[in-house]
Amino acid sequence: MKIIYMDHNATTPLDAEVLEAMMPYLTDKFGNPSSSTHAYGWEARRAVDEARSQVAGLIGAHPEEIIFTSGATEADNLAIKGVAHAYRDRGNHIITSQIEHKAVLETCKFLEKEGFKVTYIPVDRYGMVDPEEVRRAITDKTILISIMFVNSEVGTIEPVEKIGEIAREKGVLFHSDAVQGAGKIETKVDKLKADLLSISGHKMYGPKGIGALYMKKGVKIEPLLHGGGHERGLRAGTENVPGIIGLGKACQKAGKVMKAEAIRLTKLRNRLYQGVMKRIKRVYLNGHSEKRLPGNLNLSFEFVEGESLILSLKDFAISSGSACTSSSLKSSYVLLAMKVQEALSHCSLRICLGRSNTEDEVDYLVEELSKNVARLREMSPLYKEV
Amino acid sequence: MYNLEEYSAKVMEHYQNPRNVGEIENPSGEGTVGNPACGDVMKLTIKVENGRIVDAKFKTFGCGAAIATSSMVTEMVKGKTIEEALHISNKTVAEALDGLPKIKMHCSVLAEDALKAAIEDYRKKTDGKENKAQKD
Repeated sequence: MKIIYMDHNATTPLDAEVLEAMMPYLTDKFGNPSSSTHAYGWEARRAVDEARSQVAGLIGAHPEEIIFTSGATEADNLAIKGVAHAYRDRGNHIITSQIEHKAVLETCKFLEKEGFKVTYIPVDRYGMVDPEEVRRAITDKTILISIMFVNSEVGTIEPVEKIGEIAREKGVLFHSDAVQGAGKIETKVDKLKADLLSISGHKMYGPKGIGALYMKKGVKIEPLLHGGGHERGLRAGTENVPGIIGLGKACQKAGKVMKAEAIRLTKLRNRLYQGVMKRIKRVYLNGHSEKRLPGNLNLSFEFVEGESLILSLKDFAISSGSACTSSSLKSSYVLLAMKVQEALSHCSLRICLGRSNTEDEVDYLVEELSKNVARLREMSPLYKEV
Repeated sequence: MYNLEEYSAKVMEHYQNPRNVGEIENPSGEGTVGNPACGDVMKLTIKVENGRIVDAKFKTFGCGAAIATSSMVTEMVKGKTIEEALHISNKTVAEALDGLPKIKMHCSVLAEDALKAAIEDYRKKTDGKENKAQKD
């Protein structure tokens, strides 16, 4: 039996139509878009331009506001370091949250070493950033606010529109890492009031190794890579043409199927949640019950360590926030920032449903969870003490 | 980096079919070590007759490695004298499981600590009398 994939926040499989769109650019259409003297170059340039329009289309941007990168980590680095270095004469203060992706947190930490000041806004127990807290953190030295759209672990959808509004009102640039939102729920840069926005190909059924940074017209950034002037001089290096075509196609397809898929996944996730809650006692939801990414469910099964539970669910590909599944041996910093009890943080399971998942698979997971949680609780010295 | 694939077949076998799960009633000694906040707790109960461990049972909250090392240590101590059992270390438990991923070695310390705690509890209860009996 094939292992049932339920880790779609980590990555998604490549969509067949996306692969089909990419194939010619991995074979016959190998031209360099910078080759202006022959047809190989022209067709590659046209294809890249079309993909740029497709990406822009998904997020409601103009094509010339899209910079292709090697992924969202690079997009986050480019946005944050790029703004910090381009606006350092205006100030040295950056605001972000405690639950950002490491690509944002580590970039901010790096900038602290360069002398920038960073405020890491805490979150409430649902993993939500309070926009008013962001407002209070703004000083006359603040040059950038970076708050994610959707948290990848607990699926909480952040009040990004409000934060964007505050940023605009205060004249501060606003970046959002929208990796987990784009292609899954409506992600429009004007609605989110984002000046910069990062997206990734492989989180939306596109290829790995490609992402994009949206940068609103008029915003300045200092590039990370210097070279042949590609991407309007903001990201040097010959374009990853097959990746770009794949990202474009993935964005186009996501735009078409997103609405219906979000409704289907919300139903499917609720079926899973209700099934678990009916069959298993002492289970706690991590994250927000409503402001939540459709396919995401993050649960703590009290008295059962997360890694041991995952080991017993051998027909499923899922992940845990338990320290035991990390190489750092620390529990998920997101759960800890949400003040989830440390004991419960070790008991967490992250299930992320996607396009391939069915009701039957969800029902089978409920069955397996109920069986194995009971078995492991029987083995747990903490269980009887209750 | 570490991933679950690094677990040996023996670790997985002990995880899937753990031996000696439970608690001995009126044990000769018991030891509970670890902390739920740290992600692992192990309770080991032993039954000692004539200075020899005749039965051992465990209950563990923890990862796959913690459960497998708990199961293995109960197998290893059975039939051993207290003195022999004290020679069991986290390393010998890990070796008996065909090794553990490096980052999981601390889980085997839990098993060693629980064993030492159970033996200490047994010695306290018998006030050293059993030990003498064993030497005679």
